[in-house]
Amino acid sequence: MIVNSKIRTFPWGKVIPFAILLIFSIPLILGIYWVVISTFSVSTRGLIPVDSAGNPGGLTLANWSFLKDPEVWKLTWNTFVLATTLTLGVLLVSSMAGYALARINFKGRKSFLGSTMVLQAFPATTLLIATYFVLRFISGVPLISIFGYDTLGGVILVSISTQLPLGIWLMKGFFDVIPWDLERAALIDGCSRWRTFRQILLPQIRPGIAALSIFSFITGWSSFLIPYSFMTNQDTAVISTYINRLMQETAPVNYSLVSAVGLFQLIPVILFFIFTQKYLLAIFAGGMKGGS
Amino acid sequence: MGLKAVQESSKDSTFGFNPVQKKLGNKYDWLLFMGPAMILVAVFFITPVIIVFIISFTDMSSLTGFSNWSWIGFDNWIKIFTHPQSGQHIKVTVIYVFFTLIFFNVGLALLLAILSTHIPKAAGFAFRALWLVPRITPVVVYIMMWRYLMADSPYGIFNELFFRPLGFETSEMVAAHPYIAIILVNGFIGASFGMIIFTSAIESISRDMMNASLVDGANILQRIKYIIIPQIRWPLMFVTTFQTLSLITSFEQIMILTDGAYGTEVWSLWAYHKGLNNYFGQFQWGFGMALAGILVVISIAFCIAYLKFFKFSDMIQEPKIETL
Repeated sequence: MIVNSKIRTFPWGKVIPFAILLIFSIPLILGIYWVVISTFSVSTRGLIPVDSAGNPGGLTLANWSFLKDPEVWKLTWNTFVLATTLTLGVLLVSSMAGYALARINFKGRKSFLGSTMVLQAFPATTLLIATYFVLRFISGVPLISIFGYDTLGGVILVSISTQLPLGIWLMKGFFDVIPWDLERAALIDGCSRWRTFRQILLPQIRPGIAALSIFSFITGWSSFLIPYSFMTNQDTAVISTYINRLMQETAPVNYSLVSAVGLFQLIPVILFFIFTQKYLLAIFAGGMKGGS
Repeated sequence: MGLKAVQESSKDSTFGFNPVQKKLGNKYDWLLFMGPAMILVAVFFITPVIIVFIISFTDMSSLTGFSNWSWIGFDNWIKIFTHPQSGQHIKVTVIYVFFTLIFFNVGLALLLAILSTHIPKAAGFAFRALWLVPRITPVVVYIMMWRYLMADSPYGIFNELFFRPLGFETSEMVAAHPYIAIILVNGFIGASFGMIIFTSAIESISRDMMNASLVDGANILQRIKYIIIPQIRWPLMFVTTFQTLSLITSFEQIMILTDGAYGTEVWSLWAYHKGLNNYFGQFQWGFGMALAGILVVISIAFCIAYLKFFKFSDMIQEPKIETL
């Protein structure tokens, strides 16, 4: 087929879109470049590393000395615990609910499915103040008080809940496309629902589990608002709140230190992202809960 | 193992078993599977919605504590309309939502999607990946990046690289142009949502139609106007409404960037400050809940609209196994 654009000598049709894209991406490219450069500099002027007198040069590893601080490793551990428990919780709860919604016919199934879908659009941030009251109440109840206000447990539970609508919807979608023959046969043979779910269906939706795990881990690892709101007395609880505290200090902010800690937090996310873009894009395209 | 089970079951049915009549599993199995999700939704979605409305009718605050409060009817809700700052908060919220939406979450998103599908595949993918970085970056790190981009000379990158060499006056841009700052910061995250949805919509437009337009001699602008836009009008509407709701209720980025300084306290941040977190530790839970209650009402209205206009309910299928 002869197409107009192929006759032209210079491919303006390809160069112009490329140039426009590049221009709009400038802030992102500069910003990311700066984050990396500044972590190895005493200070920066624009994008140029400088020493303390303001002369170009001044490359240093001093900003990374925070890695020797045991406090930071405690924060990192907290953040890791938050991210992994969030991931496990979201996986467990949403795969179970997704299975029931895809496979079992029960009363209220339709309305739960509808509300799951609507909750995806519902902004959980509007409920933060009220969630504070729920957590305060849980704090007062013996046995479950580890999930109350000012506890990592409470932060994890709230975070799991905000991820649930997306998780359930995603898992249900994956269960929907599995042929039912295997499972039906197992059930007829007297295998329990739980065993069927665990031994026959879960192995079939590995891609879905992988996608949701990555997404939840990144969300948990990066989360700020929920830990910040519900662990107010331990401002140092996770890396995000620690960076925020460094940034809000009244003394001139040491941007090089802040960006070093920031890059430290960003590295696992970027690694995850590079190796799992395809999974992530599937989630983003499927149903994404946008911060903005 | 699975295959064996199938073979055995088919053997069974030849011996006269009717699988359809046999009850599959236990009657209350669904409760076991749905239980955890139902509890979490009840505790962290439904209960808070109820609490918002109950407490908005009380004068509960850090002065009254949790025991000395009393019912005050609609006073908090009336206060919203008479509060001297309401106008300012509405103004900044409207400006922020409108411009972020038009220029970034829909406008730039559409531009990115169209352009990145008109360059070689690998390059288009690379650009889209780059634009996803703000969304996956921890929000505090992302805001830190912007604070430095917009800082005053001799530090700030925009000032050092563009404004000073060109002879413009430099400034701390967040303080000098606070509205532009919050719109930029949110817009660069927000654009990726629409970008991805529009990209998959554009890629699913049939090749024939695209090629036909080329053969007919349409240029790229005509193609956008007559083919792409009409073909993706549903995704466009979906992104617009979805992002409007997200923007009205989101305040995380603004809180970290300015914490509401320079007149950037949007409605949702105002509610958050009043009810949960402020510098002085003085909480007006009753009033804060009324402020949040308005957002909850708006959110519920949007959600109902989704169900109605986007026919979400059509996407609910019958469970496969039980119907066979």
